Amino acid sequence: MSASVRLEVTVNGERHVSEVEPRLLLVHYLRDELGLTGTHVGCDTSNCGACTVHLNGDAVKSCTVLAVQADGAEVTTIEGIGQEGALHPLQEAFWEHHGLQCGYCTPGMIMAAADLLARNPEPGEHEIRDALAGNLCRCTGYQNIVKAVQAAAAQSRGGQGQPAREEVTV
Amino acid sequence: MIPADFEYVAPESVDEAVAALREGGEDAKLLAGGHSLLPLMKLRLAAPRLLVDLRRVGLTGIEREDGAFRIGAMTTHHQVATAGLGLASAAAATIADQQVRNRGTIGGSLAHGDTAADMPAVLLACEGEVTARGPGGERTIPAAELVRDYLTTALEPDEVLTEVRLPGMDGYGFAYEKFNRRVEDWAMVGVCALVRKAPDGSCEDVRIGLTHMGATPLRASAAEDALRGGPLDAGAIERAAEQAAEGTSPPADLNATADYKRHLARVLTRRALGAAAGT
Amino acid sequence: MGVPGGETAERTEPGGNGFVGQALRRKEDPRLITGRATYTDDMVLPGTLYAAIVRSPEAHARILSIDTAAARELQGVEAVFTGEDLADLAAPCPMVWAPPGVEVHVPDHWPLARGKVGYVGQPVAVVLGRDKYGVVDAAEQVMVEYDSLPVVTDPEQALEEGAPIIHEEYGTNKVFEWSLPGGDIEAAFRDADVVVEKRIVNHRTAGAAIEPRSALAEWREGKLTLWSATQIPHICRVILSIQLGLTEDKIRVVAPEVGGGFGSKLQVYGEEVLVCWCARKLGKPVKWTATRSEEMATTHHGRDQIDYVRIGAKRDGTVTGIHAKIIQDCGSYHLIEGPVIPTFSACVISGCYDFPAVQTDIVGVFTNKFTTDAIRGAGRPEATHMIELTMDELARELDMDPLELRRKNFIKEFPNERPHGFIYDSGDYDATLDRCLEMLDLEAFRREQAELRERGVYRGVGFSTYVEICGLGPSRALGPDGWGMQGGYFESAQVRVHPTGSVTAYTGTSPHGQGHETGFAQIVADRLGVTPDVVDVIHGDTSTGPFGKNTYGSRSLAVGGEAIARAAEKVQAKAKRIVAHKLEAAPEDIELVDGRYQVRGSPDKAMTIADVAGEAYIPADLPEGMEAGLDEMCFYDPDNFVWPFGAHACISEVDAETGRVDIVRYVCVDDCGPAINPLLIDGQIHGGIVHAVGQALYEQVVYDEEGQLVTGTFVDYALPSAADVPSFETDRTETPSPTNTLGVKGVGEAATIACSPAVVASVLDALRPLGVTSIDMPLTPMRVWQAIQAAQGRGDGPAATEQGRTLDEHGGGAAGSGPTGPEEGGAS
Repeated sequence: MSASVRLEVTVNGERHVSEVEPRLLLVHYLRDELGLTGTHVGCDTSNCGACTVHLNGDAVKSCTVLAVQADGAEVTTIEGIGQEGALHPLQEAFWEHHGLQCGYCTPGMIMAAADLLARNPEPGEHEIRDALAGNLCRCTGYQNIVKAVQAAAAQSRGGQGQPAREEVTV
Repeated sequence: MIPADFEYVAPESVDEAVAALREGGEDAKLLAGGHSLLPLMKLRLAAPRLLVDLRRVGLTGIEREDGAFRIGAMTTHHQVATAGLGLASAAAATIADQQVRNRGTIGGSLAHGDTAADMPAVLLACEGEVTARGPGGERTIPAAELVRDYLTTALEPDEVLTEVRLPGMDGYGFAYEKFNRRVEDWAMVGVCALVRKAPDGSCEDVRIGLTHMGATPLRASAAEDALRGGPLDAGAIERAAEQAAEGTSPPADLNATADYKRHLARVLTRRALGAAAGT
Repeated sequence: MGVPGGETAERTEPGGNGFVGQALRRKEDPRLITGRATYTDDMVLPGTLYAAIVRSPEAHARILSIDTAAARELQGVEAVFTGEDLADLAAPCPMVWAPPGVEVHVPDHWPLARGKVGYVGQPVAVVLGRDKYGVVDAAEQVMVEYDSLPVVTDPEQALEEGAPIIHEEYGTNKVFEWSLPGGDIEAAFRDADVVVEKRIVNHRTAGAAIEPRSALAEWREGKLTLWSATQIPHICRVILSIQLGLTEDKIRVVAPEVGGGFGSKLQVYGEEVLVCWCARKLGKPVKWTATRSEEMATTHHGRDQIDYVRIGAKRDGTVTGIHAKIIQDCGSYHLIEGPVIPTFSACVISGCYDFPAVQTDIVGVFTNKFTTDAIRGAGRPEATHMIELTMDELARELDMDPLELRRKNFIKEFPNERPHGFIYDSGDYDATLDRCLEMLDLEAFRREQAELRERGVYRGVGFSTYVEICGLGPSRALGPDGWGMQGGYFESAQVRVHPTGSVTAYTGTSPHGQGHETGFAQIVADRLGVTPDVVDVIHGDTSTGPFGKNTYGSRSLAVGGEAIARAAEKVQAKAKRIVAHKLEAAPEDIELVDGRYQVRGSPDKAMTIADVAGEAYIPADLPEGMEAGLDEMCFYDPDNFVWPFGAHACISEVDAETGRVDIVRYVCVDDCGPAINPLLIDGQIHGGIVHAVGQALYEQVVYDEEGQLVTGTFVDYALPSAADVPSFETDRTETPSPTNTLGVKGVGEAATIACSPAVVASVLDALRPLGVTSIDMPLTPMRVWQAIQAAQGRGDGPAATEQGRTLDEHGGGAAGSGPTGPEEGGAS
């Protein structure tokens, strides 16, 4: 086995120093070494996007990044953008608009959507769909995901735009 | 899903990278964004013994110089797509998906030499060139000489592609027509067109680059010749486009026979020329 | 065959707080949107060994030798096992369909191959070690020597004389043959003025849940626990018990968070048995998680029928009968119930039409491909597809409007017994079509279509009106003496009120995205007079709650939800007796209003469920003879199936130059009975449409002639993304089912069952001016282009069509080319 390589990386604001095998994929580092299992693996060819995290602020597929490539970088995962009680507007909107079913693609979908909203705070439906082309979902048919991203964008702009759906919360 | 074992170095400079490659020999591979190489390694279709990671060597950024763009090899597709480079930006914006464009690099894509990739045909149509640095120093490789065969380039195993030089193509209209089944797919066929009109509206110059129509990116020379110097009306474009597939030998795959690809090349060429010429 | 009755269940008024029917956001979501949910692969136990599986690269071969020495020597490798090591398994992987009087060939299918392989990807050996990367390296060092055998991948060729025989012991590749007739089919065609025939290839697809399969087994203190990404933990325990020779008390199966199923996890896979066997053998936890490549090759596929269908009609459009012959490609081995799937096509072969005679002949065939089994819709999408496209063709033949033809033949009276014995519970087929057309504005589209055609733009509209059989199901129809499924199809529930009035409800269903925790909580809340936030719904663990039959076939609500409702009503009845006792009233005078159990006419005298629970758990003053506690169970076995229905319309635009199809609009109206939570219904419809659009336009599992899987990753298996599909316009009508007290029908598969013919018909409508009358799915750009070429008589299109042969010419083993590849195209 190859000599391990020193890796220093900040994940969700916390600094980690590790010795890793060079071939260790970032997604496995996050899941297996740091226990951040919210980032999922759905394919082996960079198609499905379930493993999407932010690397220095950009959405990337962490199954196609070696952990060592993140040396010196800042990584944000789904666990880092919001928690129950302090949800990110996208998390809130996915919940509100039923933008998920089995939830497996959801963390990646939310991280990809966050990347979009950072670049384009007012995306149209076509732009949203295009920006999510690298994230596959088998459950939702995407319609409520698109709706959720639109709602989160409106929310982030100060509550203008599409009103939240009226409903009872349990 | 899991790559085979390899040694890893992340040199601080291009020269160190070259030295590492030299040491590693045939089994050494450069790693840029990794979005061509790592998927192959994960499927164990590639198993280099040594990876030389370029993440510390810089090589990013785009500068305008003498009417051309100098693009650092480690510049990402997203950076190219959003830099206002005309055809190159239009093509880069169609690559895979946002996450891949955030990570994949123009140098990595060109050095991989995949005929289904978008940037090689763009470089060819623009008649650009790349700079490679090896043990013997730097050399320039013109676009037409870069890709030799399927996944085979003119780069030596111990050379690093450092820079892409793309003529500005000022005064050219441009269009990239990419045909795929899904938005994130590789091009089934891609056609890039550049058209410069003479003051009288005729075609002063035309360049047509073809993606995935052979083992390497191709120019649709017969179509270009048919159009160059003549009128740029719809009829002329259509007649020229009929010759777009001449001399090509497109690889058939699951979704397209060679015949169908030739047909697509003709249709897409007509559309790209029309868009580039504004007709 | 046992046929269920049409007995009617009286709908009950829950009397609670009116949560049923509300679009509540889901209780499941907080853990899922924050990355805190626990899927199987998220779990690691101390000392876990990872398993990597050595798989056959050959589609058909004898195994000459397996050399594991090199792998064993690698650092960190603890064990390598082959099929021989697993000789102590008590039974092979079972297939549970044994129809009375029908011979079904069920070859022994072991978790690791014994002597021979029949498909690419078949497990041959397993490597176990401490490092999840290291075992993958070690698996590459296992040397297997194969002696290749001739391969057959086309089911029709496999039936021909002289085809390579996959299981020599049978002397044929035929798995079984059976027929489901009803009415006088000979008279139907004798009396018909017009007969239309079609051959339709309904190609092989994958379930493609985004979570790959994963299984973690632990053997501790003589007991086995399996955590698995499965839809059927309870069934899995029974099968593990049979295969491992362990009694069920020693086995616990847990389905933790499961990342989608779509039928692909309605299975007990050899790998699940294998990790259990290894954990027991080694005394350590063992985990295996599929890569997507393994998933594509060895998670069961669906569809893969060749359908010959014939419809006869009178000149006025009255259909006299339908006769279908289904050639089902079963792959080389069976898993839990693959061969029964085309029988579900037969159940709905009458569609939503009053056909007086029906017949479905089914032939199952072995090929050197992986197993087919249930994938979302399981047999019904294939039926809808062939019925609807053939009805369209009949309309053309009769020069009749296709919607008028449908309306003329719609079933209008319910309950309605079909000629093959099924009783449709309720319906209003005109109503869904009316509403669909109202939303669509067909006249406006026809004007637009004509204008666009002037400009060379090809748009078309296609329709599908469908009915599906759901709510599996009545055990006397499905069970050993009926269709021959070796199991019951009841569902179980237990509703437990805690001492301070909150509730835990156990269901035997096992959701994987559907939202049971929310919908079932709404049902319970209304029946007990609490809010859904204090109703915790527990599922997917054989160590809690009663034995259940899990989730598939759109059964969870119509069977499992009904069981929950009935268990909750038992609790309510007991609560009323306690309240009556305390308030000195008669139990029948106690009513539940807004969470208060009060005496009719004196609302000031009331108790809450918390008060009642206090009495029940401090049983000092209960009615005479009443047991303590507030905890009730229900096993519900339905009298009939439920029959959801609806109307779907698709408008697509075809780029006639390239063959690209884009869906422009999609309008649908579905009826699954009264909504429990409309939000969940919409989600199922959206996802169901895209699943079928995937089959219609994008997805296909392709094997080459050598049996190599060509579509082994998501690069080639083209699941559509958000960028490839539009938003849809959906609505519902609500026609209650008389089968259960909730009146509900089920919706998980509805849109998938409905959609594909609407998409294909829209393309055919668009291309009608160009003479295209038929294209097999998936409508890839090239296939559409080839169809246009052929219709225009241009050179390089495909020469022949699949449409020449008829059902009669196909005697079960007749000649025929199979699903078309890129070289030949699939069009006429």
